[in-house]
Amino acid sequence: MPLDVARIKKDFPILARTVRNEHPLVYLDSAATSQKPVAVMKAESDFYSQHNAAVHRGAHLLAEEATDAYEGAREAVARFIGAKSDEVIFTKSATESLNLLAYSWGNAPSNSRFHLAPGDVIVLSEAEHHANLIPWQELARRSGAILRWFGVDDEGRIDLSSIDSIIDSRTKIVAITHQSNVTGAITPLTSIVAAARSHNALIVLDACQSAPHFAIDVKELEVDFVAFSGHKMVGPTGIGILWGREELLAEMPPFLFGGSMVTAVTMEGASYAAPPKRFEAGVPNMAQAVGLHAAIDYLNAVGMGQIHEHEVALTEYALSGLSSIAGVGIVGPTEIKDRGGVLSFTVEGIHPHDVGQGLDDLGIAVRTGHHCAWPLMKRMGVVATTRASLYLYNEKSDVDALILGIEKVQSFFGSKGIGR
Amino acid sequence: MNLESLYQELILDHYKNPLHKGLVSPADASVHHVNPSCGDEVDLNLTIRDGEIQSVSWDGIGCSISQASTSVMSDLVQGRSVDEASQVIDAFMEVMQSKGSTTGDESLLGDAVAFAGVSKYPARIKCALLGWMAFKDALVQLGGYRAKDSGEVK
Repeated sequence: MPLDVARIKKDFPILARTVRNEHPLVYLDSAATSQKPVAVMKAESDFYSQHNAAVHRGAHLLAEEATDAYEGAREAVARFIGAKSDEVIFTKSATESLNLLAYSWGNAPSNSRFHLAPGDVIVLSEAEHHANLIPWQELARRSGAILRWFGVDDEGRIDLSSIDSIIDSRTKIVAITHQSNVTGAITPLTSIVAAARSHNALIVLDACQSAPHFAIDVKELEVDFVAFSGHKMVGPTGIGILWGREELLAEMPPFLFGGSMVTAVTMEGASYAAPPKRFEAGVPNMAQAVGLHAAIDYLNAVGMGQIHEHEVALTEYALSGLSSIAGVGIVGPTEIKDRGGVLSFTVEGIHPHDVGQGLDDLGIAVRTGHHCAWPLMKRMGVVATTRASLYLYNEKSDVDALILGIEKVQSFFGSKGIGR
Repeated sequence: MNLESLYQELILDHYKNPLHKGLVSPADASVHHVNPSCGDEVDLNLTIRDGEIQSVSWDGIGCSISQASTSVMSDLVQGRSVDEASQVIDAFMEVMQSKGSTTGDESLLGDAVAFAGVSKYPARIKCALLGWMAFKDALVQLGGYRAKDSGEVK
C-alpha cells in the first residue's frame, strides 16, 4: 500500500509553514537533517514536564522514571537494528560515535586487538563524509598507521577492482559509509565485509544515510560497529547511536572519562563499568533519547519497508525529472539500483550557490556546497553541487516543484546571459 | 522572482566579464583563500609601490556573488593609497554586517554598493567577502592595512 503522505505531512507542523515570499515550504534537505513529527516533540516535552531527573542516580521516583525512559529508548534502538540493548551506546551525534571508536582504539594498550602499530592499515573510501574520514586520519597520525581507500567510479560507486590489494593482512580497520550523502550510492558491503573478515579486520559502518531510510539488521550486515544519528531519522538533535558487538565493546577502553562510567574510584585511579555505561560518561542526553524512542515508534508505525518503497519510487521519479532538464547533470548513479534518495546535481553555467538561492526564493530548501565530502567532490570533478534529498514526508508534488524551480532558475539566469 | 534585488545587473555583468582576473606575477604578496562552507577559492596577487596599490589581480572559482564581488573590489582599489584601500575594506565590511540596514557610501564604495542586498542573506555574506578578505590578508602581509579606529598598522 502506498504511503499516505498527505496524512504524514500533517504530523510535521513545520511542513505547513510558508517561507520566502510566502511560498509554502518544499523541504528537500533531509539528508542534512530531517523534520520532526509532533510525537517526537511531545515525548521530549513530556519528559521535561513530567519525568526529568538525572538517570542512574538519585533515590527518588523521578530518577527511576527517567532511568526507565532512557533505558527504554536504548531497548527501542536495539530492536530497531536487531541488536542487544547493552550493545547500544548513546552519544551526542554520529560524529561522536565515530570519534569514540577512533579515540578508544587509540587508547588501547599494545597487547589489545584494537592497538594500531606503525604500518597497520585503516581502509576507508573516497566517498566518506568528513565524520568518517578525519577521525581515522587523526588516529593514523597518532599511531603511525597508514590510510588506504577505495576509489569511486564516475557515478560515485565504490570501485572494488583492487579490493585484494586494499584490504590485506595489514588491514586492522575498515570504516566505510553505507550510503553516500552526496551521490546516494549504496555501498556493495558483501564483498568488503568478506574481505575484511578474512583478514580479521574490524568493520565500522557509517549508517547515517541508510538507517533512517530502510530497515537495517546488524546481524545480517555482519559488521562490527554501526554509527548513525537521531536527527536524520525524525528524532531530536543531540542524540547519536553507536552499536558494537558486545564481545568487542567489552574489551574496548573508554573514550570520555567522568561520572557514571566507573565501578570504583580512588585518588590514584578508577576502574570502569561494563558497556554501555563505560562509554556514557556524564549525565546523558536523556530527553533526546526519549525523543528518539518516539521517532523510532513513529517510523515503525509507518513501516520501514513502506518508507523504503516510497522513497525508491520517488527517487526514480526525481531521477527521471532531473534527467529531462537540459543542462542538468546528476552527480551520482542515474539508475535506481542500489541508490537512495539523495540527488546531487549541477546546472550548466550556474553555480550551485546561485541555484540554491534561486530555489530558496521559491520556498524550496536544498543543500549546496561540498556536503562535508571534499575528497569525493574532487573525484567527481565538481567544486560543489546542489543536493535535493527525500524522505517519507516528500511526495511527487515536491519533486515537481524542484523540477519547475530549476527551470525557473535557468530562465532567470539565462535571461541575464548566464547558463543556457 | 525577487532575485532581481540580489542579483543586480551590475553584479551579473561583473560575473560574466570579471575585471583583473588572471594572476599578474611577480607580486609582493600572494594569498589563497577558501570559503570552507562551499569550497569556493580565490588566489590573489598584490603589488604596492610608494604606498599605492599598483596591481591587484586574482583568479578563482565560485558563485556569481563571490566572483563579481572580487572583480568589483579589484577594480575599486587599483591605484588607491593603502590607507584609502583600508577604508574601502572597512566600509564594505560594515555594509555586509548591516543585515540590509545600510546601502553604503557610494562615493567610497562605487559599484560595490550593488552588493548591499547580499547582507540580507547571511549564507551569502561569506561569498561576497571571499575576495575582499583575500585582499585584506595580502595588505596585512605587506604591512599596509590600517585598522579603522586605532590608526595603527596591523
